[in-house]
Amino acid sequence: MVERLDGLVPEMMLLALAVVVAVLGLSKASSVRRAVPLLTAAGLFVAAWLAWGGKELPPESAGFLAPSLAASLRSMIAGVGGVLALVASGTVDRRLEHDVESGRMPFEPLRASRGEFYAFMLLSITGAMLVASASDLIWLFLALELTSLPTYVMVVMGRAGRRGAEASVKYFFLGAMATAMFLYGFALVYGGTGSMQLADIAEIVASRRNLEGLDMVTTAGFLLALLGVGYKLAAAPLHLYAMDVYEGASASVTAFLGFVPKAAGTIAFMVLLQTAGGENLPAMVVTLIWMLAVLTMSLGNMAALQQTSAKRLFGGSSIAHSGYLLIGLLAGPGEGWAATTFYLLVYGLMNTGVFAVLAALERRGSEVEQVSDLGALRHRHPALGWSLVACSGSLMGFPPLLGFVAKVWLFLAAVQSGHIALVVIAAINSAAGAWYYLRMMGMPLLGAEPSEPVEAAPSPWPARAALVIGVLLLVVPFFADDLMVQTREAAAAAVMVLGN
Amino acid sequence: MSPLLLILIPLLSAVAVAFAPRAAAFRVATISTLITLAVSLIIASDFGHWYDDGFGLVTELAWLPSIGASFDMHADAPAMWLVLLSTVLMPICVIGSKTAIKERVREYYAWLLVLEAAMLGVFLAKNLLFFYVAFEFTLVPMYFLIAGWGGSNRASASIKFFLYTFTGSMLTLAGLAYVAWRFAGASGGWSFDIPALTAFASVDLSATEQFWVMMAMLAGFAVKVPLFPVHTWLPLAHTEAPTAGSVVLAGVLLKLGTYGLFRFVLPMTPVGVVEAVPAIGALATIGVIYGALICWVQEDVKKLVAYSSVSHLGFCVLGLFALNPSGLQGSILYMINHGLSTGALFLLIGMIYERYHTRDMNRLGGLVATMPIWSAFMVFFVLSSLAVPGLNGFVSEFLCLIGAFSATPDNAQWPGLLGPWYAVFAGTGMILAAMYLLYLTGRLVWGPFRAPPADENSGLPTDLSPREIGLLLPLAAMCVWLGVQPSGLMRTLEPSVERTLAAYPELVPTQVESVAVLEEVNGG
Repeated sequence: MVERLDGLVPEMMLLALAVVVAVLGLSKASSVRRAVPLLTAAGLFVAAWLAWGGKELPPESAGFLAPSLAASLRSMIAGVGGVLALVASGTVDRRLEHDVESGRMPFEPLRASRGEFYAFMLLSITGAMLVASASDLIWLFLALELTSLPTYVMVVMGRAGRRGAEASVKYFFLGAMATAMFLYGFALVYGGTGSMQLADIAEIVASRRNLEGLDMVTTAGFLLALLGVGYKLAAAPLHLYAMDVYEGASASVTAFLGFVPKAAGTIAFMVLLQTAGGENLPAMVVTLIWMLAVLTMSLGNMAALQQTSAKRLFGGSSIAHSGYLLIGLLAGPGEGWAATTFYLLVYGLMNTGVFAVLAALERRGSEVEQVSDLGALRHRHPALGWSLVACSGSLMGFPPLLGFVAKVWLFLAAVQSGHIALVVIAAINSAAGAWYYLRMMGMPLLGAEPSEPVEAAPSPWPARAALVIGVLLLVVPFFADDLMVQTREAAAAAVMVLGN
Repeated sequence: MSPLLLILIPLLSAVAVAFAPRAAAFRVATISTLITLAVSLIIASDFGHWYDDGFGLVTELAWLPSIGASFDMHADAPAMWLVLLSTVLMPICVIGSKTAIKERVREYYAWLLVLEAAMLGVFLAKNLLFFYVAFEFTLVPMYFLIAGWGGSNRASASIKFFLYTFTGSMLTLAGLAYVAWRFAGASGGWSFDIPALTAFASVDLSATEQFWVMMAMLAGFAVKVPLFPVHTWLPLAHTEAPTAGSVVLAGVLLKLGTYGLFRFVLPMTPVGVVEAVPAIGALATIGVIYGALICWVQEDVKKLVAYSSVSHLGFCVLGLFALNPSGLQGSILYMINHGLSTGALFLLIGMIYERYHTRDMNRLGGLVATMPIWSAFMVFFVLSSLAVPGLNGFVSEFLCLIGAFSATPDNAQWPGLLGPWYAVFAGTGMILAAMYLLYLTGRLVWGPFRAPPADENSGLPTDLSPREIGLLLPLAAMCVWLGVQPSGLMRTLEPSVERTLAAYPELVPTQVESVAVLEEVNGG
């Protein structure tokens, strides 16, 4: 077992950093406190770099997913997580820091929650990374819980007052139900196969399918587990929480919720699907995911169409994108998962970019939420306005932005696996989504100026992150080939593992 | 000279215009479009494939090899003509906007230049994904041009325009992805090379596959043309767009649809096409008559010209699906002619609107009294638009109708699936066109003078200024040239047209037979 630790260096580093950050957040020196988000981000970028090196891990140090695929996924989560930490700088303790700075009161560690906030952020990201290294059902369960539990607290911390608390409670209770579902599913899989080890389960499933077909208990287990994990993805029918929670949480936390749990869920899907047969899934599992994908993208887009709150709108958009991710997952290991991994990365950037724009703005100290608040944004804040245009266009899948490249690859992979009807439905959905993305593109450029102007938030980092993401979305499509080739090679290894 | 310049010059000058001083924006945009025009003329002069069916200007530029995307370019004679049409119209659009556009000038010209780059990309693309990127990218500038500088109803017009075309082309993308996937299965790697995919699809796809791929492509291209009944975005978009927007929309953007039909649908899915010809022919004919009838009852001059595009493009589609050289040549010629004469009509209406701020026929009339030069041009372009012999419209419209007329199954050399009835019904569209266009001229140009008070601030003389005359003269000259001497242009189209139609002389009789067998089975 000790050799497993070799493969977990970045995760262990992040756990240690979480403790350090929690302590530093209570420091009396305000410069140290202010450095906490930057330290968190730096740690995450280092972890991303370390995790990328994990491609060459020997099998005994790796989890059930192929090491190269797991390494790309973990590196991606840590990398986007670093950007998320920057976006979240200035989210917590705003009033306290203001009071301290103006000399109204001394710094009081009991009132500060900055350290904990970033520590929780690190814990959650570590959880999502650990999902990719899972080798048995218990590991998978614990990693998923480590991802979720901190987020419930982050929702409350990120926003003072009742709305944060309300969102958190909603998120928590539905999350608990989903946990119960996939835990029950895991139990049934264990009952059906007699093993907790994913590799053993995969072997048993494969051999049974060749003989008498997969038994009902194990199949039901997989179905329940996938449905429950679907909650992390905000996949239908457990998507209803998403828009309320996204609206209630502060913009930077919403950006976090839109990516980290979703990445964890996507990876958990890969792990479970690989266990359930990889390219050769039981028919019921295929039907389930097919239906989930169609429902998720259609309901998400429909929900987003008529929103007046920008956060709810992008909440709906985030649900719809989960539907697209499910298409890639269904397309199977190899090309399908390569496209999914790439899509997840691109989605993470676009979604973070959108919420970074929201996090970079405020009006009289409170967050900007309405679509109309973003009217004529580019006149007062050109960088933010154009970033919002780039991110919305990319989410729409407009060529030649990065979102277009990712979407084309995803559709190609799905066509390749024979899911043509699904691609047609997705194409119609993309067109429906264009309606509200276009509104978000037009608003900052042509919309009417809001009656009360919005101002830049005190922390410069969200705006910087938004700008960098906007530029990346425009420039990377022309140089993405290397990245795509590497992702494809990483995912191809997943098929080879299955072949053995 | 590399065809890349045709895309890079407008794109880079768009950036330059966006950051140039406000006062210089117009000048930079004008110079840039003129340089692009000059470059396109130089490229055309040493194109080298005017009289054969080859593709010239082949340029390769890698983009994302792992999914088969590249910025490869090529062009054959029809594509070159459409490139020239675009580069000719763009300086006219830019110069024509000088007095009409007074606010956010830099952005306006930047979007126009981006639009030019995207349009030229469509005609020059050799890679399907590049084609798709350019095809979609025409939407964004057009959307912003309508939404930013359009008329009173611009918000709904721009959104309708965008959503209609985006929805259709998403399905087109799905269909083309399917072809690429089948090709990848056969060749072992993603490729979106248009010639390779076309050759593959026309031979190796089954009849059912071809039919559905064709339907997917039609979803995108028919909306753009626009073919009845998916034309409803067009009148609104045209009416609300600023003048230059309408000119580009009518002159070039609509041709992206017919060009797509010519470049992709006809050569790629011949088996699917022969099944659908009667239905498409019927829709095109309905479009011709329906569009013309609606024109007749319009009070808004701009809307009238907009609906006349629906009617005219019906001829264009009918010619394409006649599946014989005269139909196709007529259709491509029609694309160019329609761009010239309808573009000019939109310019003329824009000139009136700048002076009187109305397009209502009930408030305007007898303009010949105060604006003789304008009236002369108006009469001239109306005649060109209603296909008077001697002017450009006549040749192409006549060829489209001849093509449809002779497209009978028993035609020895080029059997077709339309026939005299289609030509007869579409022919009534010519008569209707004469009625609504002459009615329009009668109300606007002749009769007692009536007009609202002219805008004192427009800074324009009562009749046309030298700048405005300068815009219309080249268009008029080209209309005369193409009316009197179309054979030079026609000869260049012939080889590509025959290459496009190569599969049909064999396919059409089999289709006729199978329909006959089917009817016998059903009857017996």
